[in-house]
Amino acid sequence: MQATRDFSHYVKDAGSGLSHIDLAVEGVSCAGCMSKIERGLSAIPDVTLARVNLTDRRVALEWKQGALDPARFIDRLAELGYKAYPFETAGAEAAEAEQSRFLLRCLGVAAFATMNVMMLSIPVWSGNVSDMIPEQRDFFHWLSALIALPAAAYAGQPFFKSAWSALRTGNVNMDVPISIGVILALGMSLVETANHAEHAYFDAAIMLLTFLLVGRYLDQSMRRRTRAVAGNLAALKAETATKFVGADEITVVPVAAIDPGDIVLLRPGERCAVDGTVIEGRSEIDQSLITGETRHVAAEQGTAVYAGSLNMTGTLRVRVSAASEGTLLAEITRLLDNALQARSRYVRLADRASRLYAPVVHATALLTILGWVLAGASWHDAIVTGVAVLIITCPCALGLAIPTVQTVASGAMFRAGVLLNSGDSIERLADVDHVIFDKTGTLTLPDLEVVNASGIPDDVFRVAGQLALASHHPVAAAVARASEAKAPLAGAAEESGQGVRALLNGKELRLGRPSFCGAEQLAEDSLRLDPEASAVAFSNGDAKYVFCVRQGLRPDAQAVISALQKRNVKVEIVSGDREPAVRAAARALGVSDWRAGVTPGDKIARIEELKGQGSRVMMVGDGLNDAPALAAAHVSMSPISAAHLSQATADLVFLGKPLAPVVAAIDFSRKALLLMRQNLWLAVGYNFLAVPIAISGVVTPLIAAAAMSGSSILVMLNALRARSVANGRS
Amino acid sequence: MEVLVILVPLALALGLVGLLAFLWSLKSGQYDDLDGAAWRAIADDEPARELPPAEAKPSKA
Repeated sequence: MQATRDFSHYVKDAGSGLSHIDLAVEGVSCAGCMSKIERGLSAIPDVTLARVNLTDRRVALEWKQGALDPARFIDRLAELGYKAYPFETAGAEAAEAEQSRFLLRCLGVAAFATMNVMMLSIPVWSGNVSDMIPEQRDFFHWLSALIALPAAAYAGQPFFKSAWSALRTGNVNMDVPISIGVILALGMSLVETANHAEHAYFDAAIMLLTFLLVGRYLDQSMRRRTRAVAGNLAALKAETATKFVGADEITVVPVAAIDPGDIVLLRPGERCAVDGTVIEGRSEIDQSLITGETRHVAAEQGTAVYAGSLNMTGTLRVRVSAASEGTLLAEITRLLDNALQARSRYVRLADRASRLYAPVVHATALLTILGWVLAGASWHDAIVTGVAVLIITCPCALGLAIPTVQTVASGAMFRAGVLLNSGDSIERLADVDHVIFDKTGTLTLPDLEVVNASGIPDDVFRVAGQLALASHHPVAAAVARASEAKAPLAGAAEESGQGVRALLNGKELRLGRPSFCGAEQLAEDSLRLDPEASAVAFSNGDAKYVFCVRQGLRPDAQAVISALQKRNVKVEIVSGDREPAVRAAARALGVSDWRAGVTPGDKIARIEELKGQGSRVMMVGDGLNDAPALAAAHVSMSPISAAHLSQATADLVFLGKPLAPVVAAIDFSRKALLLMRQNLWLAVGYNFLAVPIAISGVVTPLIAAAAMSGSSILVMLNALRARSVANGRS
Repeated sequence: MEVLVILVPLALALGLVGLLAFLWSLKSGQYDDLDGAAWRAIADDEPARELPPAEAKPSKA
C-alpha cells in the first residue's frame, strides 16, 4: 500500500488560470534562507510566483492550474533543508490582518493631516506675536478645519466605535475620554474659528489621534505576529491522517478533511490525529501526551484511541468518531471553558489605569470650568480653559505606555525562543511566585533516549543503529538517533510487534523485544537498575546487549529549577504519571514538592488551593490533560511539542529542547512590568506638571502640542529599554 | 501675500500625493512583510529565474 498525498484541500484558485497555496516553513530566519527558497522553488517549471514572507515565516506559491502537484513543493523544500506544510489561514487571523491594515490606513491619514495642520499652525503662532492680520489668521484656521475635520472623522473611527460600544453597555473604557477630548477640541476650535478668535486647537486634536494610533497599531501588530507564528506551528505539527479511500487504497490527507465515520490507518510510530475506535489490528499505545501515563496501553478491536496518542508496535485500522471534537476532548473543553471564565476577571494594567484616569480627568475639566465661572470669567473663556485641560491631559502617553513596552518585550522574548499569546500575559507572568511543572514532555523530553549508551561498545552500537533505521518504532528510532547511524542495513525485515532482523557477514542480527533476541535475563538485570526505562535487546549471533530507553530530562532542567528557586519562586511537580517515575524525576531535580497520579480535575483543585493561599501560580505543561490546568493557572506555558489544544490554551509557548526560556520569560516580563509602571508614572508626572498650567488658563496650542508630544516621546524611548536590558542579559 | 493662494493649495496637494502613495503601497501589500523587505533591499540580486546551470540541474533530477 503506497500512500499518495492529497493537499487539494489547501489549493486556492488565484484566477487567470493560476492556483495558489500558502506553506508554513520551519527554520526560515534570514535573508539567505529567503533567496535560497525563492530560487529553489522558482526553478520548478510552471511556477509563476514563489515569495517568502519573512515576518510570518510563510511561502506563497502560484503555478499554472493543474500543471503541478503541491506535494512537489514540499519535497523540493525538504531537499533544500526546510520542513514545510500547507497552511490554511484561520478566520481570526484574516480578520486581524484586515484590522491591522485599517489601523495603518487611519495612521497614514492622521499623520498626513497632522503634518499639514502643523504647517498651517506655525504661521499662526508666529503671526500672533508679529504682524498677522485677522483675515489671514481666519484663512489659516479655516484651512486647518478643512483638513482636520474629515481626517479626524476617518482616523478616529477605531476610538469612536469602541467608546460608543462601551457607553452603550454602560461601561467606560480608555476610548471614552479620548473621544470626548477629540470631539470637544474640534467642536470648540470650530466655534472659535467662526468667532475670529486667536487660538484654535485643530493641531492638538489631530496630533493626539496620531500618537494614539501609533500605540494602537503597535499593540495590534504584536498580537498579529504571534498569532501568525503560532498558526505556523500548528500547521508544522503536520496533523495528517492516512485515510482509506477504497478497500485497500489509502491517501494522506490533512486532519481538517477527515469526517466522523472515515476509516484511518495507524502505523507503528505514528501519532494518532483523531479520536476513534480500533476496528482491526493489535498494538500498544503510548498515551503520555494525553494522560501523562508513560506505561503503554494495549489496544485491540474496540479500544478507544484519542488524538495525540502514539501507536507503538502494530498497525491499526481506526474508525473515526470525531476528528476535532470527541468524548475526551469535549470533557477537557468543558473544564477549559470553566477555567478560562474564572481567569477573565483579571484586570489588565492599562484598564486599571484608565478606570482611574477617566473620572479624574473629566472631574478636573468640569471643576476648572465651574471654578473660572465662579471667579468671574465669562462662560466662553471658562469653557475654552476646560477644553485646554482636556487636551493637555490627553491619555496619549497613557495610551502608548503599555503597548510600546509589550511590543519591545515580546520581540526580545521571541528572540529568546518564547512566543506570547497576548500582551497582558507579560503582566501576569511578572508576579508569578509558584511554578507547577508537569513531568512527562515538560521536564522530560518528548522523544525517547538511550540512557546506557556509555555501557555499550561503539561498534555494536553502530551496527544496532543501522539495523534500527529499518524500523518505524519510536524505541528503535531512539537507538538510531543515539548511534548517529546514517545508512540502513540492506535486507532488514521487520516482524510486527517483535523487532527487526538482518543478515550481516553470515550472522543474523536482531533488534527488538528481549524475548525476540533471547536476552530476557539480561533485560531483567538492566531494568532492575533503572525501573523507569524500557529495554530493547540486540543480538549479533551469540553476543547479546540490552539498550535501556526512556524519556530523558531536559538538559538544563536542574539549572532552571535552581534558578527559579533563587528568584524566590516555589517549584512543584504535579503529574498524572505513576508515583515511582515522578519520585525519581523529583529526586534528580531536587524538588521536594511533588504529586503523582493526578487527574486533570485534581490539577485544577491544586491550583485553586494555591490561589486560595494567595499564590500566583504558573503552570508549565504539554499534555491534553494539562490544558484545563493551563487555563486555570494565573499564567501558563507550553513547550512547542505540546498537544494542539494545550498550545492554544497556554499564554506562552517556548521553542527548542532546553527549559531555559521559562526563566528567561520570567526575567523579561519582570523587567517589562517595571518599565510599564515607570511609563505610567511618567504619564502621571507629566500631568501633574501640565494640568496646573492648563487650569491657570495660559495654555496656547503650541504649549499643549509640545507638552503632549514630549511626554509621548519620553514614554516611547523608555519602552525601548526593554530590549537593551534583554540583550545585556543574554 | 497673494502668493499664499497658490502656495498653500500646492503644499496641500503635494501632501495629498504622499498620502495617496502611502495608501496605494498599503493596498499593494508592501507592509505585509517588513522583516523580509529590509533584507531584500540588500540582497545581491533578484531571485533569479535563470539559475546557474550547476544549481539548476540537481533540482530537476
